[in-house]
Amino acid sequence: MTQLALVIDLNVCVGCHACVTSCKEWNTSGSAGPLCDENPYGANPTGTFFNRVQTFEIGQYPNTETVHFPKSCLHCEDPPCVPVCPTGASYKRKEDGIVLVDYDKCIGCKYCSWACPYGARELDEKQQVMKKCTLCVDRIYDTSLAEIDRKPSCVKACPTSARLFGDIHDPESVVSRAIRENAGYALMPEWGTHPANHYLPRRKTNMKVHEDELERSDNPLKVDGQLPKPGKNEPTLDDFS
Amino acid sequence: MNPAFSVIFLTTLIGAGQGLLLALFTQQSYALFDLLPRQDARFYGWGAMLALFFTMVGLIASFFHLGHPERAWRSAAQWRTSWLSREVIALPAFMGMLFLYGAAHLTGLDPVLVMLASGLGINATIVLGCLATLLAFALFVSTGMVYACMRFLQEWHSPLTLINFILMGGASGFTLAAFYAALAAPPQAGFFAGWAFVLTLFGLLGRGASLWRNARLRPKSTLQTAVGIKHPRIVQTAQGAMGGSFNTREFFHGKSEPFLNRVKVSFLMLAFVLPALLLILDLSYPSAVLPGIAFISQFVGLLAERWYFFAEARHPQNLYYQGVS
Repeated sequence: MTQLALVIDLNVCVGCHACVTSCKEWNTSGSAGPLCDENPYGANPTGTFFNRVQTFEIGQYPNTETVHFPKSCLHCEDPPCVPVCPTGASYKRKEDGIVLVDYDKCIGCKYCSWACPYGARELDEKQQVMKKCTLCVDRIYDTSLAEIDRKPSCVKACPTSARLFGDIHDPESVVSRAIRENAGYALMPEWGTHPANHYLPRRKTNMKVHEDELERSDNPLKVDGQLPKPGKNEPTLDDFS
Repeated sequence: MNPAFSVIFLTTLIGAGQGLLLALFTQQSYALFDLLPRQDARFYGWGAMLALFFTMVGLIASFFHLGHPERAWRSAAQWRTSWLSREVIALPAFMGMLFLYGAAHLTGLDPVLVMLASGLGINATIVLGCLATLLAFALFVSTGMVYACMRFLQEWHSPLTLINFILMGGASGFTLAAFYAALAAPPQAGFFAGWAFVLTLFGLLGRGASLWRNARLRPKSTLQTAVGIKHPRIVQTAQGAMGGSFNTREFFHGKSEPFLNRVKVSFLMLAFVLPALLLILDLSYPSAVLPGIAFISQFVGLLAERWYFFAEARHPQNLYYQGVS
């Protein structure tokens, strides 16, 4: 069984919002119609987004760290939003584990958004249907795109490669390897939703330098031997430079 | 949560309708065993129509909750998994049975269907009333479970939610029945007022218990589990939007703590204390005015109670929406 998911590396994310704008651009141009934007140029612009980057300050000044936290639908393996839907508009695909909304069946009762502890679902206030991240389902299987482009548009946009995409049920996939090797974790594990998306924590990058690496083995001083010291009255290098 | 008035009116109105049917059929059952005098068929018939009116207005109110009311018929599809879907089925089923029960009384089509060995005749209205009672409880359970089934809304995830929906719906229905009987069948008003008093007291107990429980809840989710960073001090500095979003509008009531406390005290007074006093007074000094005022006070109180029921539920998604830089 395949379970497609994103793995987001908080150690690398710089909070540039490129994934947000790229996601909005791709998904507002699709066949499902635009994602609404109310007063885009007014004092209080608001609208529907599938992906948002939030920022948290951890610790007490001066010992603080700023963590940028991209947040979208986590495509839970046991999604609480799906069974509560009265119409069956919300569903989880068997073949790849993507949680989707059928916009033609949704009655806009908002009950699924109440059932999501992560606040991943947003009602499109113009179309009055529930919307959420689709993992760019209209992109990742599009054979008219080059193989390298068949990824969610947020992943393609990330300039620091903080977003990885793949099948977390395949132990050899890039996402499984990242989760395994970098202590990837899920959000709010206390509710047993088993989110497919994982986050990689902040981690210190340590470089181990060995004693013998401190001196170059091809040090020219060693090749030619020690240069003779100039005499007391002869000009030194400092006199010329 | 941000209280939605459509849902507040839906749950309070159908609760009163269900309670009124239960009240009428309780009286009819007593009368079947000659514990109370049997009333004229029109008393039950028009009472059932009054209950139908309440559920009808509730149903209409619920449509205002939907973004696409024209697709509402689809919502009966997922009854296997969704309590909302079950409610959507139970409500019209209850209304239909209520109509049949009332119509059987009003048209006089009430033949004796079964003759028991003891010589007791079971009429058609008794069978229809039993079915309507079952459906009323099915509807109470569905309505309550819509809220009680959500495990991370800890304020709702409790059997008390279900019990309180039944008790408060029952109380308002019996109070309404006391008022209706005071106008249509004055000798029976005391019977309804007595039960209304008892149910109102039980309602106060149940709601008090849930208030006590909710005040002592420790949220399972914290900002630490929400972002997965183990540090006692995490402060949000940006939420990805500055003009608000669906997430900031749908899940928080936007009112101050003192306002919430005022609503709480108001609904405890209006929905429970004042009606209970008026009903006990009505038992000694029967009149139509006292149960009338009691019902209006209780209904307004229950509207406030339902508003508070939504407002007191703290959705864990709010952890992600605590600050805008």
